[in-house]
Amino acid sequence: MAEIAIKQVAKRFGGFTALHSIDLTIADQEFMVLLGASGCGKTTLLRIVAGLETPSQGEVWIGGRRVDHLPPRDRGIAMVFQNYAVFPHLTVFENIAFGLRMKKLPQQEVERRVTRTAELMHIEQLLKRYSGQLSGGQRQRVAVARALAMEPDVILMDEPLSNLDALLRLEMRAELKGVLAASKTTTIYVTHDQVEAMSLADRIAVMHQGRIVQAASPVEVYRNPAARFVGSFIGNPPMNCIPATKTGNGSWTVAGLTLPGPKSDKHRIEFAIRPEDVDAGDEGLHATVRVVEPLGPHTLVTCDVEGGLFRAILESSAAIAVGDHLRLAPKADRIRWFDPETTNAL
Amino acid sequence: MHGKALPYLLLMPATLFLCVFFLYPFALVAFEAFTRDGGFTLDNFRTMTGNWKFPVAFWNTILLAAIVVPIQLVMALLMATVVSRLETGRGAALYIFAIPLGISDLAAGLIWLAIFDQSGFLNTLLSNLGLVDRPVMFLGYQSKLTIFVAVVLAEIWRATAIMMVILVAGIGLIPREYHEAAEVFGASPWKRFVKITLPLLRPSLQTAIILRVILAFEVFAVVAALGGTNFPVLMGETYNWQFSLQDRNVAAAFALLILAISVGLTLFFLRVLRVPKEARI
Amino acid sequence: MSAVAEMPIAAPAARKAGNWLLVATVILLSVWVLLPIYLLMVNALSSPEEVTAFPKRFFPSFDFGSLSFFINFAGVGRALWNSVLVATLTMILSIGFGAPAGYALSRFDFPGKGTFRFLVLMTRAFPLPLLALPLAVMFIRTGLDDTAIGLALVHTTLALPFAVLITFSLFSGIPVELEEAAWTLGCTRLQAFRKVILPLALPGIAASAVFAFTISWNEVFAAAVLTIENRTLTAFLLQSLGESPLYLKFAGGAALVIPALIFIFAVRKYLFAMWGIANR
Ligand SMILES: Nc1ncnc2c1ncn2[C@@H]1O[C@H](COP(=O)(O)OP(=O)(O)OP(=O)(O)O)[C@@H](O)[C@H]1O
Ligand SMILES: [Mg+2]
Repeated sequence: MAEIAIKQVAKRFGGFTALHSIDLTIADQEFMVLLGASGCGKTTLLRIVAGLETPSQGEVWIGGRRVDHLPPRDRGIAMVFQNYAVFPHLTVFENIAFGLRMKKLPQQEVERRVTRTAELMHIEQLLKRYSGQLSGGQRQRVAVARALAMEPDVILMDEPLSNLDALLRLEMRAELKGVLAASKTTTIYVTHDQVEAMSLADRIAVMHQGRIVQAASPVEVYRNPAARFVGSFIGNPPMNCIPATKTGNGSWTVAGLTLPGPKSDKHRIEFAIRPEDVDAGDEGLHATVRVVEPLGPHTLVTCDVEGGLFRAILESSAAIAVGDHLRLAPKADRIRWFDPETTNAL
Repeated sequence: MHGKALPYLLLMPATLFLCVFFLYPFALVAFEAFTRDGGFTLDNFRTMTGNWKFPVAFWNTILLAAIVVPIQLVMALLMATVVSRLETGRGAALYIFAIPLGISDLAAGLIWLAIFDQSGFLNTLLSNLGLVDRPVMFLGYQSKLTIFVAVVLAEIWRATAIMMVILVAGIGLIPREYHEAAEVFGASPWKRFVKITLPLLRPSLQTAIILRVILAFEVFAVVAALGGTNFPVLMGETYNWQFSLQDRNVAAAFALLILAISVGLTLFFLRVLRVPKEARI
Repeated sequence: MSAVAEMPIAAPAARKAGNWLLVATVILLSVWVLLPIYLLMVNALSSPEEVTAFPKRFFPSFDFGSLSFFINFAGVGRALWNSVLVATLTMILSIGFGAPAGYALSRFDFPGKGTFRFLVLMTRAFPLPLLALPLAVMFIRTGLDDTAIGLALVHTTLALPFAVLITFSLFSGIPVELEEAAWTLGCTRLQAFRKVILPLALPGIAASAVFAFTISWNEVFAAAVLTIENRTLTAFLLQSLGESPLYLKFAGGAALVIPALIFIFAVRKYLFAMWGIANR
């Protein structure tokens, strides 16, 4: 049982606040992905959980034990580093055995665990090699094996796939998912790649400028972004956000279309919808086509609408040309509304 | 991380050591230079400058530095560029060029003594070529000029390596792309050297020059081996006053003078060869 | 267009000429460095009579007369021993004090770091052998005068700044993540240092130890000022310059040079790393 609780954790570097009071709970055996743009504080948060960085304030609990005053070795964690940190002076075998030897496990047990994790990560044939004789992908496997061999309560990973080429990344992603699910450890996984996050996570915590904006399942984060940032950061192309003007109580006009919406005393709010959630028809937002990009199964159409640009992903069968006037009908259940000041969902 | 005291703990031995054996002795030198029999005085400096050997030693040292350092700079640059262009045998060339770095200045003096001595190799060569019929006395007390030349050669031979190593390290820090970019724009090798290598090498040049100039004012054993007492220099006089003349205070005055020149020149070169922070690689 | 057409013809010719010039320069410079050492060795490997004879031969006769005279000369054995002793002590002291400081500089950010670096770099602007003068007095008072440890302390002030800067660059070259990985795998700070950092830094530390040894081995002024009975080889040679015969000097010179050649060879890979950091 290793639930992780991060309570009001903040981190300041001199005058710069890297994390503002983070609260996050990760259930036992949950796969949590920290997702956010570069510099938003993902690594910092992960390192605080690992004990490699001391929080300026707040508490970290792992498995019901407060750990923020403990050194990394006493936290029951294992970590996979972005550059793998495979010890160059030790063989692959000794790398994987390193933590086990620190625990003073009997030689037999060490060998058993090393062999098992090596098989799991398909590196049995590399055990005698040194780090310098391994490819990036193989080093990555060693790093994961070394963490798994510890049979930790918690595995922490900081962009473990970011140094691999695209194909290998895809392959390793699937493999990691399987291996970690089977190992039943709680996992925190840092990435700035939204596809990776979507495919791996039980839950995604989207971070922005030192805050967690939303922590929810991948589908929830995609469908119900808690703030404009989440909508625009996740999804490619990003969610459309255009201004909506009040025309009555709970009724709003968006690009020439009047829609029912939230009751608000604001005069203007933001209307948001994913590009794939509109259909071209007789009714809908008034749009003028600017760019047409056929993508095979779909066509990405970028239009001018009142108040900004609007992207739509339409059936590729529809014959659309630059300059056409379209009516784009939003699917009613996919419409989201944001407060323009706080940028939060209404 | 755990325990903010750790870095201080680690630094403590070195810091204490430098305080006791570096800062404190220099305070002591200054103190001794300005006192005699317990009272403050400038007598030590008067004795120092009043001695007939002082101006000779002073100007010898300055002249030596003024001639040796520029020649070394050019040679070190030559060595460094040549080495960085070599494709094969680079390691060997570097090792050979760096050898004098590890050789004691006394040994360097003795090495050149083997050449310039009356029964040395230079005389043998000259007589083999039929240029002289009797060995020439190069290092006698009447041949100040040849002593000077011998010391200059020995100093150049000995201490170019240190500059070369600093410059090679510096050249290694300059990204190749700059040269390639300049080459694409049609700059000749010489232009590339003058317009790219030299300016970007300025921090290393600064270090090399400062270090070398300070060493030049410490010149001692080379001169002792080649010229003996026939060629006084500041450091040699310091040694003389301490030992032969048994006057610590005047020796301290000499030390303070050398120190003042060194620090002054360091500050001078720091300023003249200053590299603005924004303009660094 | 024409320039493009000419290039392939002109370039190899010019390049070839350039290569010859390069090789010639390297050979010339190598001869400049090696020839004087060779000549000293010729003297050291000739009989005393040959050394003082004129004209000389440019090849050694491999007569060990000079060397055996040198070795058996009163005081030489002692001086050699003292040199080794002082250099070893210097090596231990400067690495013992310098390596922890280098590690601290490479791994921590803390107030006072800049001051310490300044203190270390400042030693470069000072003619350190002069320290021997005031220390001579201090040592007489504390009983350290004319002892190996006393001289080693002075030599350590020469070697310590190098040790600090070299180990600093060494440790900086080892990714922090390796150490952190060791911590997460169950190591204490000390264990992580011993099991991960030390094995990786050891060759470099050894090189800087050799460098410290060389600095002490070669130092003349402080050695001559601080030792009387317990003279090191350099002090011994310096003080007998006036009276000793030529073949003794040359044999002594060779005794100084040969270890130096080996030391520099041993640390050659690290020389540039050592001095590269001098630029910062
Ligand atoms: N030791 C430090 N000193 C000062 N500022 C730091 C330090 N470590 C991190 N920061 C700052 O804290 C912020 C968050 O850094 P962090 O490394 O957590 O970002 P990240 O989300 O992991 O980014 P990336 O995706 O680029 O790895 C950044 O603005 C960074 O500049
Ligand atoms: Mg990061």
